[in-house]
Amino acid sequence: MLLRFTYHSVLRLLFVFAACYPFNSMAQDVLVPVLSEGNGSIEDTVPTIASVSERLAGAKLKEVAAIVNELETVGGTQVLPLFQALIDGDLFYTKGDKRIVIAKRIDSSKQYLLKDAISGDELGTVEKKKIRKVKTNNRLRSGIRTTIARLHLFSDDVSLRQGAISNMSEKLTQDNVNLLLQAKQTEKNKSVRASIEVALAMYQLDAGERSEKLAAIGLLKGNLDPTVRNKLATVVESESDKSIAQAAAAALKTIEGKITFYGYLETLFFGLSLGSVLLLVAAGLAITFGVMGVINMAHGEMIMLGAYTTYVIQLLMPNHIALSIFIAIPAAFIVSALFGILIERGVIQFLKGRPLETLLATFGISLILQQFVRSIFSPLNRQVATPEFMSGALEINSVFSITYNRLYILVFALLVFFILQLILKKTSLGLNVRAVSQNRDMAKAMGIRTEWVDALTFGLGSGIAGLAGVALSQITNVGPNLGQAYIIDSFMVVVFGGVGNLWGTLVGGFSLGVLNKFLEPATGAVLAKIIVLVGIILFIQKRPRGLFPQKGRAAE
Amino acid sequence: MKKLLSACALSLVASVTMAADTIKVGVLHSLSGTMAISETTLKDTVLMMVEDQNKKGGLLGKKLEAVVVDPASNWPLFAEKARELLVKEKVDVIFGSWTSVSRKSVLPVIEELNGLMFYPVQYEGEESSKNIFYTGAAPNQQAIPAVDYLMNDLEVKRWVLAGTDYVYPRTTNKILEAYLKSKGVAEKDIMINYTPFGHSDWQGIVSSVKKFGSEGKKTAVVSTINGDANVPFYKELGNQGISAEDIPVVAFSVGEEELSGFDTKPLLGHLAAWNYFQSAEADVNDEFIAKWKAFIKDDKRVTNDPMEATYIGFKAWAKAVEKAGSTEVDKVRPAMYGIEVANLTGGTAKVLSNHHFTKPVLIGEIQEDGQFEIVWSTEKEVAGDAWTDHLTESAKIVANWQDPKINCGNYNTETKKCSGQNY
Repeated sequence: MLLRFTYHSVLRLLFVFAACYPFNSMAQDVLVPVLSEGNGSIEDTVPTIASVSERLAGAKLKEVAAIVNELETVGGTQVLPLFQALIDGDLFYTKGDKRIVIAKRIDSSKQYLLKDAISGDELGTVEKKKIRKVKTNNRLRSGIRTTIARLHLFSDDVSLRQGAISNMSEKLTQDNVNLLLQAKQTEKNKSVRASIEVALAMYQLDAGERSEKLAAIGLLKGNLDPTVRNKLATVVESESDKSIAQAAAAALKTIEGKITFYGYLETLFFGLSLGSVLLLVAAGLAITFGVMGVINMAHGEMIMLGAYTTYVIQLLMPNHIALSIFIAIPAAFIVSALFGILIERGVIQFLKGRPLETLLATFGISLILQQFVRSIFSPLNRQVATPEFMSGALEINSVFSITYNRLYILVFALLVFFILQLILKKTSLGLNVRAVSQNRDMAKAMGIRTEWVDALTFGLGSGIAGLAGVALSQITNVGPNLGQAYIIDSFMVVVFGGVGNLWGTLVGGFSLGVLNKFLEPATGAVLAKIIVLVGIILFIQKRPRGLFPQKGRAAE
Repeated sequence: MKKLLSACALSLVASVTMAADTIKVGVLHSLSGTMAISETTLKDTVLMMVEDQNKKGGLLGKKLEAVVVDPASNWPLFAEKARELLVKEKVDVIFGSWTSVSRKSVLPVIEELNGLMFYPVQYEGEESSKNIFYTGAAPNQQAIPAVDYLMNDLEVKRWVLAGTDYVYPRTTNKILEAYLKSKGVAEKDIMINYTPFGHSDWQGIVSSVKKFGSEGKKTAVVSTINGDANVPFYKELGNQGISAEDIPVVAFSVGEEELSGFDTKPLLGHLAAWNYFQSAEADVNDEFIAKWKAFIKDDKRVTNDPMEATYIGFKAWAKAVEKAGSTEVDKVRPAMYGIEVANLTGGTAKVLSNHHFTKPVLIGEIQEDGQFEIVWSTEKEVAGDAWTDHLTESAKIVANWQDPKINCGNYNTETKKCSGQNY
């Protein structure tokens, strides 16, 4: 209510402006509801919100656009909830009395909670059968968004105003410019004011005098917004005045330079992000294959089990998606680690020193595990929801943004890596692991229970694969074949980095990721993968022990 | 001894008459392996249709009997299993295949043994076999109208053709590229991108699409991305803040079945082009959906386009058998031409002499519940074109198995000869 009051007081204020600016037809249109509220007799002659919105019931797509325009003129800010519902797909009409309602589904039942679209009165719940959707499509939605933007321009919320301006600056019609001019007069927030000025400067490039155009170019110089760049590009092409065209070209060049720079930064981030995924999936293998020397073809399935654990945890707590991810981290570790220990005790320990047989046996295990999840969870991919804090992107500027899910996974991968290092370097388990991997007999002679250490090491490696599964569930499909997609990559990273060397895995993962991403724009995704693979094969020919080979007697 | 022999003979005769008493319907869909996800549904659809037909008293007074084999997503195995169906099981008709490569694998076998197959999936065209009926969409029944819609209704000026790296996307994109250029789209306004199967790291590609689309002209993505890779693709679009209003994606391989495994939030408003959507408002469709849910005993199961194609194919075949009064391939095939059956969107599908069907083209926007809101459709059904008119080497080729003067699937109108190529 308070919000509406302030809207209206602003609109009343505008009325005064409207008197001063005769060209301002828009504001006068918006004023109509304010007047009609006070004067009942006008309602008979002037269409009311109710009479216009009524026509939305059963309207064809082509008609909806016209009705929306009329509603904006008639209803002003009062119809904002209706427009918002139309964009969100919540606007329905009742089949019986053709009343326009906002309907919200109650959880996942067939019942819908109805609210009158204009008065906001609660109308109780009905079944889906009783209501019908008001149709929209992309083009309508984008039109309505501009309409909403116009209405939001005088909102109290800074972010709403900011959004309104960026939306309007894409469609600089005379009406929009006039509204922006008014908004500039009352706007107190600096950044909002600045974006209004940018929008107006773009308008000046079309309509201004020579000096105004030059000033506008000066203002737009270095602005990374794509609409600004496109505007300048058209000025360079179409401007007849040479000095203006030159100034625009210079401004454009500065912008392009900046964009290229941020382009490289972006590719670097993509590379690091791919690298972090590679690091995560390979870190576990670096333990089981690198340190223990077991060729574990079921490593990918350990990742898959981690991903499925995330799915199950999310099923158990559907209302706490964000929390479920944090619970899934230890849970996935434990589940995969237990499976790892089971495999080690059940199969691998009997095949010690027979790498070929281990390879075949673990390959068999990987098939068994795949069929296992297929029979329990069905062969279809499972849907793991992304929590709110992991969706969207951190926008640094309009050409460079970092997606949150990738950012968190990068941080998570590094965290896992350093904890792993700590375990190997600072705990007694780590000491035992290193001792056994360097010289099994000597370690045994020193009283280390090598079998116990083997099982725990394998469990640790598998558990870390489980952690990779949690991360992967956020960026790719959770299905029975999830592991297969990553097994080759993980072996590639470990071999490239140097078997038995965790730092090698870190450097290997990141350098392969970055290399891949810098190749991709030039060669395409398919060829980039091939080039990287061929590159690794050649590299291994030259340095069979990878980037950072183990040194000393232990390497023999 | 004599008694025994006669008993044997009797039982032999009985089994022979038993065999003759049923019409065998072969089902050649993968029930295991990577394609099982999609193809199992079609196997169930055929079984449902067979059951339904038997309830109505079968065909020609005989009951139908489905023979199901599993080619296990293994392309050469498709050929073997097709041979098994035709030689050992002596089936009268086969419904089967999903991927183009499996169809190409079956093709020589089915031509050699003069079988009859119905292929129910949208495909790249450039083929017309005497022994195959293509009940899915040819490119002019899906890709071309979708592009027309984007061009005329959404005023799209720049195009990203993104696909998985195999035969269907490559051929479709070749046709689309030629079509766009013929419509005056400049080379620099078309971006083509291929990714491997199951691609999951879309950051770089989506970012370049975003850049490509930020140059002031309305941009759309025409996606022939297949299967699994779609989920991370749409997720990345959402994360990088590209909504369907900025850069709409129209997909040719994403249907209701695929969406049932998706988190639909990032997909809202993106488009798909098909000949059928579950949301199509027609009484036959409601009936079909209810029947399907009852048959599969799962209220949450959805219907999709290849299922409708299977439905049309089956109905048309049943009608042709009744018209021919026989299940013999040489009699059924000529009877097929010109047959009309009701499709599930309230129109009719007519069997054409090039072994394709007439189909309506629908564009749908993805909704929150995984269904499609139909936003556009062709006014009437579009006739399927085996050889596209938009590639110069294909434009002069026609397929016609009815006209005795042509009677082949690849008649060159310039040289007046059937090229006789092996597809």
